[in-house]
Amino acid sequence: MRIRAQVAMVMNLDKCIGCHTCSVTCKQTWTNRDGTEYVWFNNVETKPGIGYPKHYEDQDRWHGGWQLDEKGRLKLRSGGRVKRLSRLFVNPDLPSIDDYYEPATFDKDILVNAPAGLKDTPVQQPRSALTGEPMALTWGANWEDSLGGAHEHATGDPNLARMPADAAARVKFEFEKTFLFHLPRICEHCLNPACVSACPSGAMYKREEDGIVLVDQDHCRGWRMCVSACPYKKVYVNHSTGKAEKCTLCFPRIEAGQPTICSETCVGRLRYLGIVFYDEEAVLAAASVTDEHDLLEAQRAVFLDPTDPAVQEAARAAGMPQEWLDAAERSPVWRLISEYKVALPLHPEYRTLPMVWYVPPLSPVLDAVGDAGRDDTDADDIFHTIRELRIPVEYLAELFTAGDVEATAGVLMKLAAMRSYMRARTLDGTVADDLLDGIGMTADQVEAMYRLLAIAKYDERYVIPAAYSKDAAALEAQATANQDCALDCEGGPGMTTQASAESFHLVEGDQVRPGRPGLFSRRADGRRGFTINPLRGGS
Amino acid sequence: MTNFVWTVLPYLCLAVFVAGHVWRWRHDQFGWTTHTSQVLENRLLRLGSPLFHLGVLGVAGGHLMGLLVPASVTEKIGISEHAYHLTAVWGGTVTGLMLVTGLVLLIIRRVINGRVRRVTTRMDKVLYAALAAMAALGMIATVGVNLLGGGYDYRETVAVWFRGIFWFQPDPALMSGAPLVYQLHAIGGFLFLALWPFTRLVHVWSAPLAYLWRPYVVYRVRRGPAPSPTASPDQVRDAARQ
Repeated sequence: MRIRAQVAMVMNLDKCIGCHTCSVTCKQTWTNRDGTEYVWFNNVETKPGIGYPKHYEDQDRWHGGWQLDEKGRLKLRSGGRVKRLSRLFVNPDLPSIDDYYEPATFDKDILVNAPAGLKDTPVQQPRSALTGEPMALTWGANWEDSLGGAHEHATGDPNLARMPADAAARVKFEFEKTFLFHLPRICEHCLNPACVSACPSGAMYKREEDGIVLVDQDHCRGWRMCVSACPYKKVYVNHSTGKAEKCTLCFPRIEAGQPTICSETCVGRLRYLGIVFYDEEAVLAAASVTDEHDLLEAQRAVFLDPTDPAVQEAARAAGMPQEWLDAAERSPVWRLISEYKVALPLHPEYRTLPMVWYVPPLSPVLDAVGDAGRDDTDADDIFHTIRELRIPVEYLAELFTAGDVEATAGVLMKLAAMRSYMRARTLDGTVADDLLDGIGMTADQVEAMYRLLAIAKYDERYVIPAAYSKDAAALEAQATANQDCALDCEGGPGMTTQASAESFHLVEGDQVRPGRPGLFSRRADGRRGFTINPLRGGS
Repeated sequence: MTNFVWTVLPYLCLAVFVAGHVWRWRHDQFGWTTHTSQVLENRLLRLGSPLFHLGVLGVAGGHLMGLLVPASVTEKIGISEHAYHLTAVWGGTVTGLMLVTGLVLLIIRRVINGRVRRVTTRMDKVLYAALAAMAALGMIATVGVNLLGGGYDYRETVAVWFRGIFWFQPDPALMSGAPLVYQLHAIGGFLFLALWPFTRLVHVWSAPLAYLWRPYVVYRVRRGPAPSPTASPDQVRDAARQ
């Protein structure tokens, strides 16, 4: 067993109102630069819908993720190592920018400088951020918001194509009446990342301490294999720098014990962040199970129980501080995934073992119950509806359990039972034991799950231990060498570094000045040398 | 003049080539990239890029064979002069045509596609001009002189002079008698090497062959010291109340 910690996220989809605050704050923080206009590390999709980029879930077309070969071995769907290198000159699986959308900008001066007394309202014309030419807006990252244009486009949803034909036909038949929910997506920070595995330069990596998947901007050579290998299409090409960029899980915030910016600003408070212990040596076997329906259980089995003394011992032996062990025990993510088993991974059939999980939305089912003339507060009615009204459940199963309807229905029943149990408890003051028996949970567990899903406060939703340094001995030596300042010495852990766009690689001692950098600058390793191009940003 | 062009200039260019690469590697890892524009345009690239790159690989192989392998060696291992000539001329013509076709497509792509034109830097334009000039001179030498014309045995002059550079004994006399197109191609070649480290061509040295044997998933330990934990909002709130 090789124990590792992973910072993971769970999103409770019932609470997502599709306000896009997460997307906007993420964009303001990370991708408001040249070359990343079209890049959304966080985006919110309406389902059913084709998503962003268009049809990204159609792996017959994009060849993202992993699959098993004839001998049952795990291999990248886009081919092996030699095949990948043979495609360096042109990558046939790469989406074009039109599969995302052409980014536009507006000349606001037309409005600001409009003369007084105009008869007609001045109009600003959209201009392409790529060419500067006037353009027509025909698509965007949330073009399908709340089923906008669904009657034209959403039948192309790859999840519908995989559903049983009769159920899919009914979805297509009455689109606007069937169901709708929002799906916020960030990078999955997978345990078996396809993007990392496809990176020819070895510039992408998974961090040992917290499992965050990052692109080393200094070693990315722009071979763009990660973009096509990621089945979630969450790695992007910055067309200005020629390098790959992706969601960083806001690692500077996570390291400081703060939630990601998308979580921090989430209006619906639907995101949960916490750490999960897992066994790195069990990852490959879990990703290689033959039956896709077994992938969910296989991934759950990779996670280690943080309350198990043997696991705690292994974590200590691996150098994790007590704070991390405590955080793992309190982790809301662990509880939702492994204790209550109500969170599900997005598209486990891609075999990347994603680490952003979702509590599937009960609301489409409740709507269906109401439409069927049944009582949406009655657990029995909901149970029956879940069984009989196949559409929402089969669709959710395509998203979260590789088409395993039983697994999805089981989670929905738990949520419905919790709802009814709490209703009886609060309104009638009774304890509905029959409901508890049906889902195999205790009263305490259901009430704790209710609290976590419905009213959990900030520090219950985000249990993030601050980063630790593996080399504690070196830190101590540093502290004794600089007795005056303890950990606040130059470069010490108490020293916080200010970074900005002007200084991509800031070294302690560098001064951040806006404007043109000097002739000499300091490199990441601390040596001084010529600035590569004094006219542009820092070297 | 002869001495300068055929002795000093090559060494100057090689010095810039080496020093330029060292400088670029140490100072501009962030700019060391293919600068892919495939997301912006794919239709012309799909054809042009493989043609150009495969052509370049063939042409580079041909140059290595022609310049570094002395005629006496090929004769000794039983390759007749005629067989060598046929391979060199036809191999050079085919790979050269691939290169030229690919390059023309890529240049057309840069010109007619507004998206790609916008991300084309001044150095890219210099590079494309240099590549086009080198390809044109090379094609004239191979097709014009050796395939259609009377032929010229560069292995006795240009190649010997070229190898002499690495023994620190280049003989300028060997080059001063060569046809003009060979002279220009040789000078241009060295100037091209001097330009190399300052263009996107540096991506050639990053050909990711190590990918063939490295493990799929790469793990790294976080570098640098751990940042100090910052106060959570409730801590800030409680501190303000006190």
